[in-house]
Amino acid sequence: MADILRERERQVYRKGGEQPFQLDCEKQSAAGSVSQRACVFCGSRVVLYPIADALHIVHGPIGCASYTWDIRGALSSGPELHRLSFSTDLQEMDVVQGGEKKLYAGLCELIDAHQPKAAFVYATCIVGVIGDDVEAVCKRVSLEKGIPVLPVHSEGFKGTKKDGYRAACDALLKLVGTGSTESVTPHSINILGDFNLAGETWMIRDYYKRMGVEVVSCITGDGRVDEIRRAHGAALNVVQCSGSMTHLAKQLEEKYGTPFIRVSYFGVEDMSKSLYDVARHFKDKEMMARTQAMVREELERLMPQLADYKRALTGKRAAIYVGGAFKAFSLVAALRHLGMTTVMVGSQTGNKDDYEQLRELCDEGTIIADDSNPLELSSFLEEKDVDVFIGGVKERPIAYKLGIGFCDHNHERKEALAGFEGMLNFAREVYSSVMSPVWRLTPRRRGSSLEVVK
Amino acid sequence: MSSQPRPSKSPRPNWVSTRNPCKACAPLGAALVMRGIEGALPFLHGSQGCATYMRRYLISHFREPMDIATSGFSEATTIFGGEKNLRQGLDNVTSQYHPALIGIATTCLTETIGEDMHGMLHQYRALPGEADDPLLVHVSTPAYSGTHIDGFNDAVRAVVEQLAEAGHAPSAYLENFVNVFPGLVSSEDLRFLKEVCADFALPATLFPDYSETLDGPSMEIYKKIPEGGTSLAALRATPSAKASIELGRTLRQKRTAASFLQERFSVPAKRIGLPIGINECDIFFSAMEKLSGHKTPEKYTRERGRLVDAYVDGHKYLFGKRALVIGDEDMVVGLTSFLAETGVLPVLCASGGKSGALARSIAEVTTHLREPAIVRENVDFMTIAEELELKDLKPDFVIGSSKAAKLARTLGVPLIRVGFPIHDRIGGQRILHLGYRGAQQLFDLVVNTLLEVKQDSNSIGYSYL
Repeated sequence: MADILRERERQVYRKGGEQPFQLDCEKQSAAGSVSQRACVFCGSRVVLYPIADALHIVHGPIGCASYTWDIRGALSSGPELHRLSFSTDLQEMDVVQGGEKKLYAGLCELIDAHQPKAAFVYATCIVGVIGDDVEAVCKRVSLEKGIPVLPVHSEGFKGTKKDGYRAACDALLKLVGTGSTESVTPHSINILGDFNLAGETWMIRDYYKRMGVEVVSCITGDGRVDEIRRAHGAALNVVQCSGSMTHLAKQLEEKYGTPFIRVSYFGVEDMSKSLYDVARHFKDKEMMARTQAMVREELERLMPQLADYKRALTGKRAAIYVGGAFKAFSLVAALRHLGMTTVMVGSQTGNKDDYEQLRELCDEGTIIADDSNPLELSSFLEEKDVDVFIGGVKERPIAYKLGIGFCDHNHERKEALAGFEGMLNFAREVYSSVMSPVWRLTPRRRGSSLEVVK
Repeated sequence: MSSQPRPSKSPRPNWVSTRNPCKACAPLGAALVMRGIEGALPFLHGSQGCATYMRRYLISHFREPMDIATSGFSEATTIFGGEKNLRQGLDNVTSQYHPALIGIATTCLTETIGEDMHGMLHQYRALPGEADDPLLVHVSTPAYSGTHIDGFNDAVRAVVEQLAEAGHAPSAYLENFVNVFPGLVSSEDLRFLKEVCADFALPATLFPDYSETLDGPSMEIYKKIPEGGTSLAALRATPSAKASIELGRTLRQKRTAASFLQERFSVPAKRIGLPIGINECDIFFSAMEKLSGHKTPEKYTRERGRLVDAYVDGHKYLFGKRALVIGDEDMVVGLTSFLAETGVLPVLCASGGKSGALARSIAEVTTHLREPAIVRENVDFMTIAEELELKDLKPDFVIGSSKAAKLARTLGVPLIRVGFPIHDRIGGQRILHLGYRGAQQLFDLVVNTLLEVKQDSNSIGYSYL
């Protein structure tokens, strides 16, 4: 059984029994808890990273830029400026004298060299302390170079990753509304919160195209500055990864009256429902008919292939630990589709409603955890005798060290897991980890002795 | 011909920004060192994100659990000071991990707001506690001065400084042991160094030692702190050693653990390069002979013999091939020494570090080169790319960390991944760079990589090469 920190006792829940459902969440991580969370800067960097024709410069000492260089799998169909790492690399003298001059010079030289459509300047911890007026430098460079230069207030200590999402959304809000919406059609949407990992946005865009929906911009995947500038022209904002993008959607609703819906592109049910929800929004019978035909066609192709994986995976146990809880809902459903049971599920940034929904979704006995850590996670894996753990790079060694399968469902993944095709990839990935013969050789399954197994 | 590096200017030395960095920040190196102490847990005093990013960076190289705790600064902490968070963090880590030692490194945030670490830890230690409360060591690692390598070396020194006790020697060591400070090398390299010391019958304190903690076996039950690491008893006894060996020609005299032990406790310090390639290995093995009083065991002389034989077999494939060498400074020096002795022409040797000693060190190990290499320290990958183009250096291959992958791809030449970090292959922690055996593996790898290019890039598809 897990040895849970006193401060965290109310952040872990086991479904069933007498205890009423109460899960603390949206709290600052307890000091010394070895949280899997990152910081405000990380939240901002994640959201803005896929804007491929913008310059992203990290204002601070080198670490923050080093650790986020080409870290994510957000693909671009054109420019790839986002895959380079730029930093003001502040040195001791800069810290003493202030980093504004260096930021100004760095921005100017990089804009001249790369001709970006816009620039984002990420303020890191130290910038918030030495008191650089990043806003003023951005304004000046913007005037001189004639492109938007947007400060992102992402000092690491100023909250959690969620506050970083907010800072990124605030920067985006300054871009939206600055372009022409002249040719935008009535049946048009913005895709928010899909990051085009392994080309997922391209698959989703294709579905919308087949439905007859125009995608004005995909703000966070294969993003382009000019598209974002005209995003206020779209009739609907379609929000995935709601933890990061709901703030932007709400602001756009307030400012431009654009309604939004929440969707998820993971798993057969959620994927289909998302497309139907969009079609329903436009109240267009033909569009609905096209959507139904497309979903049917996709499912006819997909289902027989999934059935084979399901036969092998039925009864296997999964654990999930992801950044946003919204993804966890879809994963629980997708795993169930494959005949698997989710015995543990948690997230870094879920809120009360998210966890309530997870509780409803999960079976009796499932462990639900907010802002967990390696010691808890490893004990959950052991206790529940898990067959596959779904998470990100930081969770991987916990599973592997215990001889447990792992599936990367985070931003570093190289397999498209969204959409109908993505569901097949997901099934294949889970299958190829769970069914690998290597587990039979691990101490967890076989012990450590050299005794010959008959 | 002069053996001094060619005096030449960078294409545009006045770039203000860093573009595709060839370095990480100082606390990362410190955290790695703390992972090399038995029963220890690394702890960062600063924001939550630093620990998470560094864990991810190190996990992607070692593919092992790498827990780093943090005091998790908030806005209020930044304004009012981090003492409360530090205490709570240390309490929580102690109750969860039961570490023997907590290795605390600062971050740029806590260095800038001027946290009085010494005072705060002094106060914390004075609080009533348990008998088995962990030892606390602290290293100052402001990310705005120096790189992960400086953080690494500073942490080695800080740990030794804070734990060293005169006259304290574990009985097994008696008075005949040495301290070995290997620098940032692979887990396999550390295992190799221990093997060499054992074969010379020379008791040694190797520090840090993450040979097991960051390359351990599959487990049935999760270990909160992985087994292995330099023992606290051995770290306390460092002043009783008969000598210290530190590996790395670019180490700065004043800042190393060995120089501290020499100044404070008169433990003679011997500084030699990383033993990569025959020339540097010969220096290393003769130092081992002197320290142990034993001849080099035949096992190693035979390895050396086979290596020379292999150099002969492969010399034609390598002679005049042009290499770009990139990575941590001492790794670059070692690799350059090795490449140069095989007939490869290191055309550009570069690092994100700035010890001020790279050019001199490269010159020392390449005296026989007819065309001295261009040496650049404190550079990033885009500057390197520009220099290659401007000087038309046309390397045949790149050798260094996986961060050079993008550059190698642009150049259309193979990247031979060695050193740290290696984020796009498995097994970085198991690469053996050191010793004749390590050079043998590197040599075969370099030759075969070039043969593969030769075989694949023509229409004939030779069956014999």
